[in-house]
Amino acid sequence: MNLFLDALAWIVAPERFEGSSSLFVRLGEHLYFTAFSVLIATVIAVPIGYLIGHTGRGRELAVGLSGAARALPSFGLILLLVLVMGVTNKPAAAFTAFVVLAIPSILAGAYAGFEAIERRTINAARAVGMTEWQILWRVEVPLGLPLLIGGIRSAALQVVATATLAAYIGLGGLGYYIFRGLPLGRYDEMLGASILVAVLAIVIDAALALCQRLFVPRGVAAGRTPSLRTAPARRRAMVETSTAP
Amino acid sequence: MNWVLDNLDLIGRLSLEHLRLSITPILAGLLIAIPLGWLAHRYRLARGALLTSAGLLYTIPSLALFVIIPPILGISYLSELNVTIALTLFVIAIMARSVADALDSVDGNVRQSAVAVGYGALRRFFTVDLPLAGPVILSGLRVAAASTVSLVTVGILIGVESLGYLFTNGYQRRIVEEIFSGVVMVMLVALLIDLALVALGRLAMPWARRPGRAAR
Amino acid sequence: MHTARNKGRFAFGAAAVGVALALSGCASGDPLATDDETAADETIVIGSQAYFSNEIIAEIYAQALEDAGFDVEREFNIGQRDAYIPSIENGDIDLFPEYTGNLLQFYDEDTEATETGEVYAQLQDVLPEGLVVLDQSPATDQDSYNVTAEFAEEHELESLADLSEVDVELILGGAPELEERPYGPDGLSETYDVEVSFVPTGDTTVDDLLAGTVNIANVYSADPRIQTEDLVTLDDPEGLFLASNVVPLANAEIADEIAEVINAVSAALTPEGLVALNVESTVDQRSAEDIAADWLAENGLVG
Repeated sequence: MNLFLDALAWIVAPERFEGSSSLFVRLGEHLYFTAFSVLIATVIAVPIGYLIGHTGRGRELAVGLSGAARALPSFGLILLLVLVMGVTNKPAAAFTAFVVLAIPSILAGAYAGFEAIERRTINAARAVGMTEWQILWRVEVPLGLPLLIGGIRSAALQVVATATLAAYIGLGGLGYYIFRGLPLGRYDEMLGASILVAVLAIVIDAALALCQRLFVPRGVAAGRTPSLRTAPARRRAMVETSTAP
Repeated sequence: MNWVLDNLDLIGRLSLEHLRLSITPILAGLLIAIPLGWLAHRYRLARGALLTSAGLLYTIPSLALFVIIPPILGISYLSELNVTIALTLFVIAIMARSVADALDSVDGNVRQSAVAVGYGALRRFFTVDLPLAGPVILSGLRVAAASTVSLVTVGILIGVESLGYLFTNGYQRRIVEEIFSGVVMVMLVALLIDLALVALGRLAMPWARRPGRAAR
Repeated sequence: MHTARNKGRFAFGAAAVGVALALSGCASGDPLATDDETAADETIVIGSQAYFSNEIIAEIYAQALEDAGFDVEREFNIGQRDAYIPSIENGDIDLFPEYTGNLLQFYDEDTEATETGEVYAQLQDVLPEGLVVLDQSPATDQDSYNVTAEFAEEHELESLADLSEVDVELILGGAPELEERPYGPDGLSETYDVEVSFVPTGDTTVDDLLAGTVNIANVYSADPRIQTEDLVTLDDPEGLFLASNVVPLANAEIADEIAEVINAVSAALTPEGLVALNVESTVDQRSAEDIAADWLAENGLVG
């Protein structure tokens, strides 16, 4: 427990809040890496996921590529990209690696969200004369939202933990303290920074959980809990269990 | 490609080491997660506590866990046990939830039928619940395995040799081929383990044809 | 404490954690935990830092000892000083290529010594019981501050003291921990009255200097790129940096046995020789094993 107390003392020490490498700066950088990567990944993955979910085509390919992306080691990818893209492009190298990390979960969330919708609902929409476009925007997208945001949540959790590696190439973030503390043998510093990463992850997750509640239409929210419970667990497991940091 | 051809034995040795370091946490994590997942499935209170702490564990950066474990458990900083324990914890964090979900998905009627024909709790768990939950557990395990193989590389930062050596060493010496071959081999190790899991799944669960495709 | 010794033999799994917990309430730096069997053990365990140049020297030690008939076990690439020193102190590792200045500063942060002989003498005084250093090598690999040739010319820089006259913002790049080292930004400010901001550029420090992300770079003096990239190493008249020669750090119990072999290696390793070894690794992309074997053969130290 002593170590934890030391870590907490490290977090609240006055020198954490001053200078060019204050906690706020590092926290801001970490948040920026996470938010921006997840945003880019969402912009890339959601249209593709919707296309797959709506047409039912290309699923095997997407699953295969996602599987490969999941096996791609972020640590190696970041270092490889820095060497290939050059040191002036370090941020781009890190963002690329984080986006690649985030895409599989979001993609799976997007198409699984569509696939979880009962066929009868879609057929009913078609029967009342909705066009394909209307079915997409007014039926599939709203109904698929809970699983999509679930996918985004797990992507954010992965990126927030992995973003510590950005400090290995000198980009800052909370990993800065971990990579500085490691050669100096400062366990309070490393543990303190890790606690902050965990807290940041929890805050981001809670914020997205709130979105999940707010942005999901009321009619869907009402049916959400039972439908999630009874949705094929296999599919749910895939979206919600993400790869660890 | 010169570097790769000149260092085939190094790449091979590190790949085997990597494979060995990956397998232990995957198996140990699964074995520990099954009873925990059952607890979460069976008791509402346990579910909240277990899944919340698993979620929390999940947010800790792997490097941090590698570094924090030695002072807490009093093991040597150089021991690969640090990496093994940390990655086992990550597998548990993923699999406890996966196992609980899998057990939830077992049809209540089937379970009641088993009780009706006189199965005891233990026998029912091992011969009815667990096999029926198997495909879902397997798909969770495949995700956990891929992540474990990738995270083993971070262990190089605390001196546990794996394919991660090719990343840090290649970065220092600015040899792109070295890092690239490391990335490729990590993916191959992950693929190998994934294929093995699918094959084991087919052997153990012949009734669930193509569990992998259905799962993903 | 059996865990560190044999990476391969940890199959006890969770049981070992329990045992380790029960046996050692405290952390692993305990000197009492030294295993008496280590001395009788024929195998010499050699460690190295997670730094390619250090690994080459360790490999040279290993092959030289193997040639002399010793059994050798390699525990290479084990991170940074704070991580591996406990394992040397408790006897898990018998021999380690070190650097006099950095090692002295590890044990005595406030040391005043800067010159080679002085550093080596003081180092022998501060080492804990059970550890000795063998002869130091003429080869050095010490921290140094470097600028590009253009930057040096533009601002007429020769020494660190000249930096205080420079009118552009000075940005220092180096390993992340440099920020906290005695010779880091604070040391520059105290010794030379030079104010710099710091960027942790890590392993790409030279590239960052060339790309302009930073304008002062902390580079080890044996880095071949100081020559190939035409960098200017700034003089250090006030002794901000300690001289840091390559020196074998050894367990006292085996030091005498291996002294002859290892001292011959240290004597043959020149400053230029060390740079050449690094060139073989980064430019010719050869493995530490091959580089070491050739070097030993060329210097007539094996066979």
